[in-house]
Amino acid sequence: MLEVDFQKKLPDFTLTARFAVREGEILVLSGPSGSGKTTILECLAGLQKPDRGYINLRGKMLFDKAEKINLPPHRRGIGFIFQTYALFEHMTVKDNILYGAARANGRKKREQLLLEVMDLLGISHLQNRYPTQLSGGEKQRVALARALVSEPVLLLLDEPLSALDRNLRERLRGELKQLHKQWGIPFVLVTHCRCEEQLASKVLRPLRFQARVIWTEAEAPQGHESG
Amino acid sequence: MSDEALAALLLSFRVALLATAVASVSGVACARLLARAQFPGKEMLEAVLLLPLVLPPTVVGFGLLLLLGRKGPLAWVFPGQVLFTWWAAVIASAVVAFPLMYQNAKAAFESVDINQERAARTLGAGEVRVFFTVSLPLAWPGIMAGLVLAFARALGEFGATLMVAGNIPGQTQTAPMAIYFAVEAGDYRTAVPLVAIVLLFSFAVIFWLNWWSSNKVVPYALRRRG
Repeated sequence: MLEVDFQKKLPDFTLTARFAVREGEILVLSGPSGSGKTTILECLAGLQKPDRGYINLRGKMLFDKAEKINLPPHRRGIGFIFQTYALFEHMTVKDNILYGAARANGRKKREQLLLEVMDLLGISHLQNRYPTQLSGGEKQRVALARALVSEPVLLLLDEPLSALDRNLRERLRGELKQLHKQWGIPFVLVTHCRCEEQLASKVLRPLRFQARVIWTEAEAPQGHESG
Repeated sequence: MSDEALAALLLSFRVALLATAVASVSGVACARLLARAQFPGKEMLEAVLLLPLVLPPTVVGFGLLLLLGRKGPLAWVFPGQVLFTWWAAVIASAVVAFPLMYQNAKAAFESVDINQERAARTLGAGEVRVFFTVSLPLAWPGIMAGLVLAFARALGEFGATLMVAGNIPGQTQTAPMAIYFAVEAGDYRTAVPLVAIVLLFSFAVIFWLNWWSSNKVVPYALRRRG
């Protein structure tokens, strides 16, 4: 269970995020660019710092302004799929994936994890390639594999499908759904494209009031928000 | 070749290598700290760090004389007298080589895709691991360029070194100084072999660095383009 209630001042508006994600859910934050979606993900991952409020994951405070808690990203156990995938371009696919497995003890266990996850995502044949030799869909799968071997308790995805062409998007959407079921951890996904909403167990849209943008499920019943 | 010329040659290499080591570690560290930091006075600090690049070497030498002299503010850093020993030559060479290292390393770190560093953090890597496994390898071509330039500058250092280390044959006399004073005295039999050896050595080092970096770095840099 992820519980979020924080505010952050951005150049154009104040961003408020107040929502909860239960185990096994996929929350989709759907809104136009410039509505603070990526900022929310980065605050969850610890790459940015909110000004007020708290972030609680499985009963553990990741960020709490009042208690002056702000765990660094490497201690949050949260996977992040970047929009540009951010694969390490100086490493092979295999080394990219193993990078995430450093926490697993023992070479054997790491290799085992590597084989499992490459098999799961169907990328075993790519293991000796470098990121620039991969297509968009392949990069996406490698990024997922790399995030999953770090055994996160929450996975964040920044526009995971919008960079791909239509056919691929259909397929990867199915794969994401499948993966989510197998892994059993909650996903938070941001998108500006309705095409990704089909994945959601819950969709949030931003509410705008002049210099405030609010992402919440509490005050607005589904279907009545402004986009 | 005379013993003195040989001593000058060996000293030059020792000084240049040590100075490059000092300049590269401090240059890379400063570059990393300043590449993505924002704080008031940053421009000022950077200007100071780059100053030795634009100042005439004699001005750098004079500054070092003041700083390292018996009553200078930095005299306490070194045990005993450091001026007019070969350590002073190392310091002078490191100071003039530092900006080249810093400048190149900073540009290299700034060009690293910030999301790859952030991805490493979300995968459980602390700052030290991120630096050595992601930032440094990705910035490597630029750092290598800085290393080559810093070494060349350190090996060729003349003005500041002469002022702080002097020209004591067998003790602080480096190859550029030996060449200068030999030529000035019309002693070409000393000068020419020194020139030839410095030339060959410099060529070999640059050639090796290029070869090494192209084997280490270019394979993925090329793939990047293709």
